Amino acid sequence: MDPILDVQNLSIRYGGAPKPAVRDVSFTLGHERLGIVGESGSGKSTVGRAIMRLLDTATITADRMQFEDVDLLAATEAQMLKIRGKRMSMILQDPKFSLNPIQRCGHQISEAYRTHMKCSKAEAKARAIEMLEQVHIRDPERVYDLYPHEVSGGMGQRVMIAMMLLTSPDLVIADEPTSALDVTVRLQVLQILDGLVRDKGIGLIMISHDLNLVRAFCDRVLIMYAGRLVETLDAKDLDNARHPYTRGLLAAQPRIGGSRAPLPVLEREASWVNPQEAV
Amino acid sequence: MPAGKLRLNSLAGSALSILVTLFGLLVLTFVIGRMMPADPVRAIVGEDATREVYENVYRQLGFDKPLWQQFMLYMRDVLTLNFGTSIRTGQPILQDIARVLPATIELATFAIIIGAGVGVPLGVIAAVNKDRWPDQVIRIISLLGNSMPIFWTGMIALLIFYAGLGWVGGSGRMSQFYIGMVPERTNFLLIDSVLAGQWDVFWSAINHIILPALLLGYSSAAFITRMTRSFMLDQINQEYITTARVKGLSRRQTIWRHAFGNIRVQLVTIVALAYGALLEGAVLIETVFAWPGFGQYLTSNLLIGDMNAVMTCVLIVGVIFIGLNILSDILYRVFDPRTR
Amino acid sequence: MTNAHPTAPAHRTPQFLTATRNILVFLARQPTSLFGLIVLAVLILVAIFAPLIATQDPITQDLNNALQSPNAAHFFGTDELGRDIFSRLVYGARITLTVIFLVTIVVGPIGLLFGTVAGYFGGRVDTVMMRITDIFLSFPSLILSMAFVAALGPSLNNAIIAIALTSWPPIARLARAETLTFRKADYIAAARLQGASPARIIWRSIVPMCLPSVLIRLTLNMATVILTAAGLGFLGLGAQPPMPEWGAMIATGRRYMIDSWWLVTFPGLAILSVSLAFNLLGDGLRDALDPKQMNRR
Repeated sequence: MDPILDVQNLSIRYGGAPKPAVRDVSFTLGHERLGIVGESGSGKSTVGRAIMRLLDTATITADRMQFEDVDLLAATEAQMLKIRGKRMSMILQDPKFSLNPIQRCGHQISEAYRTHMKCSKAEAKARAIEMLEQVHIRDPERVYDLYPHEVSGGMGQRVMIAMMLLTSPDLVIADEPTSALDVTVRLQVLQILDGLVRDKGIGLIMISHDLNLVRAFCDRVLIMYAGRLVETLDAKDLDNARHPYTRGLLAAQPRIGGSRAPLPVLEREASWVNPQEAV
Repeated sequence: MPAGKLRLNSLAGSALSILVTLFGLLVLTFVIGRMMPADPVRAIVGEDATREVYENVYRQLGFDKPLWQQFMLYMRDVLTLNFGTSIRTGQPILQDIARVLPATIELATFAIIIGAGVGVPLGVIAAVNKDRWPDQVIRIISLLGNSMPIFWTGMIALLIFYAGLGWVGGSGRMSQFYIGMVPERTNFLLIDSVLAGQWDVFWSAINHIILPALLLGYSSAAFITRMTRSFMLDQINQEYITTARVKGLSRRQTIWRHAFGNIRVQLVTIVALAYGALLEGAVLIETVFAWPGFGQYLTSNLLIGDMNAVMTCVLIVGVIFIGLNILSDILYRVFDPRTR
Repeated sequence: MTNAHPTAPAHRTPQFLTATRNILVFLARQPTSLFGLIVLAVLILVAIFAPLIATQDPITQDLNNALQSPNAAHFFGTDELGRDIFSRLVYGARITLTVIFLVTIVVGPIGLLFGTVAGYFGGRVDTVMMRITDIFLSFPSLILSMAFVAALGPSLNNAIIAIALTSWPPIARLARAETLTFRKADYIAAARLQGASPARIIWRSIVPMCLPSVLIRLTLNMATVILTAAGLGFLGLGAQPPMPEWGAMIATGRRYMIDSWWLVTFPGLAILSVSLAFNLLGDGLRDALDPKQMNRR
């Protein structure tokens, strides 16, 4: 099976920054769910935005960055406009900020559809309402006419998911999709996302700082530290991680029924920043 | 619903605060009017009036009464719209102002259309190109507009475009030739001349208004540009802009469909503020262009020491300012769904 | 917080000086704010050494030499009374600087006091004080200045008073907004717990925190002050003849403008360049004191 996304030796340097924010990151993505885990500042979100080609001020270099039949390194902005939102899309962290506060939710969802499909307003609205049903919103007609400040966080994020999956993209990047939500609705939103991703056969990149969440919802996990990839693992093999950083992260997780001794503190080593040995 | 109650409360609150501000306006104009060292009675009766006449007027004006009673009288006069007569024209002051105000409003409106029409797009362009050359050029242009003494620029512009090149009409609202030809209905010359079907007067008026309006428009464009730029910069880094780009919208669509909608509310306030500031610019520019408007009326009364007329003018400007504030408040509620 | 370290002032001065130097270096690196700095330096030097720079007495009339166009003897020509325009401009720099200086030392403290007190006490005090500020703000400043001058009688001193009376509200607003952000800070609470009086807290802990932004605002304000003063002078409400005030020079030159362009052109350019200099400097200062900007350059 051809990979959806193939990234080789991706480096990203922001304009004016002395050091690259991301260095030599390589991975491929098939029809699977890939998690990227790392602490804040590790460059995980930057990778997602670089794939979407949203970083205007950054210099992106890579040996290869191929999305299906598109070379993302060479694609013009005009080509990207046709790809973004149609063939790849991204779910952002906090619906409080990622939805336009002065436009109705429904309008924002159907805009995603109307940008890429030639259709009437009524048709786009029908599709949007259908999609709202698919993200388990009970009264889609009503929610369609609500403003973002009138819906809860969980509902807002479901609106976001509806907006981003409406065009049936092949690749969805979910950038911390549940970190801004109440703990009680996190699981529900994730299950909705997971269900849709499976049904539609979408390749998913889940960016998160939450190891447990990624372990539960992804097939494979990339661990990033200080802009580098330190380890790539199958989710079920996470406990067999070799890299000391990953092991340190795992050890720092509290467990119900586990030992009540103080959790170990992650000890960092300077050598982790060096290039990753072949795993 | 608590939200409804809150809204009522805030409406009552803003009504109250408007009343308080209006009252403050009265106190301020009263205080300024009374603290002048020049003798207001002398200004009315003239230098060689007899002592008897002088004291008569003195009592008529209520100067023999204690201050608080004088203030009450002042309040009564204002509430009954009785502002007295102008020394210079012998007409009721309010009537005078009603006659001259349209000329200024015409000028200011023309200017704000230019100012907002130029300033808003320039501000957006500057923000989108932050720190690149279009931003720098626009920055210099707008700082220059903020720095020019408008009365001087007015004279230089008259020298070049009227005396030198002859492209535009000179002083006044229209050529001397046409004065008195148009029946005065609204006192807005552009409207009156169209109503009367006198197109040559209309063109003469356009020819005369264009230069002062451009200058005033430039100075308000300078202000509007700076503000638009900073509002826009705030929006451009918001996450919903990223969302719009992720959806596949182009930069231009993102800016105008999403970011611009979010600064509309702030822009309305700024444009209202700029419109008020134009009244100030009009005082100077009307003197240069011999524009028979509110500013000239104020200045000429000031120079002859007719405090009554001056304070009425100041009061009216204050009321116009408050009115603009209320207007922008209302528009705020209309444009921003979160305040509904 | 309140321990009076004997060496503290000695430490503070060099730090203050290095900060000032850093800002100056930053400003000098950008062409626009460098232009502002140069114009202001020239203005100050010209004002100080006016008697040395001026070629003629600014007041003495010489009717035989009236309305001469610019030449070797009169760089900027002469006015309708034969006075040398260049020399008048040079002495006018003193008037301009005096206006700016006096307005600023009146407006800064009044605005700071009003804003910090309103912000610190909050509640009813705040409401009343801000209402007063709003009333002043609900007039365009030039028109309110005109009203004050009308009441006080036209003269340069009264123009300065009028401008000061109308330009403190924005400063008060700013100081209040700044104060509100610190009011709840822990170190203020600590000072209060130690029993410091409100006056002491405001003076020692709040005013220093508000100072940088107030200073920027005052710099930006100076351009407006210059334009308002010139405007009042132009309307005949500011400096009275024969004082060589730039706005008043334009007003008298206006009658001869068509034939003798130099009468209005040079004073206007002087006003324009000084107010532009302050605007550029204020703009640069805002960038210099904005930490986000500092790192990027």
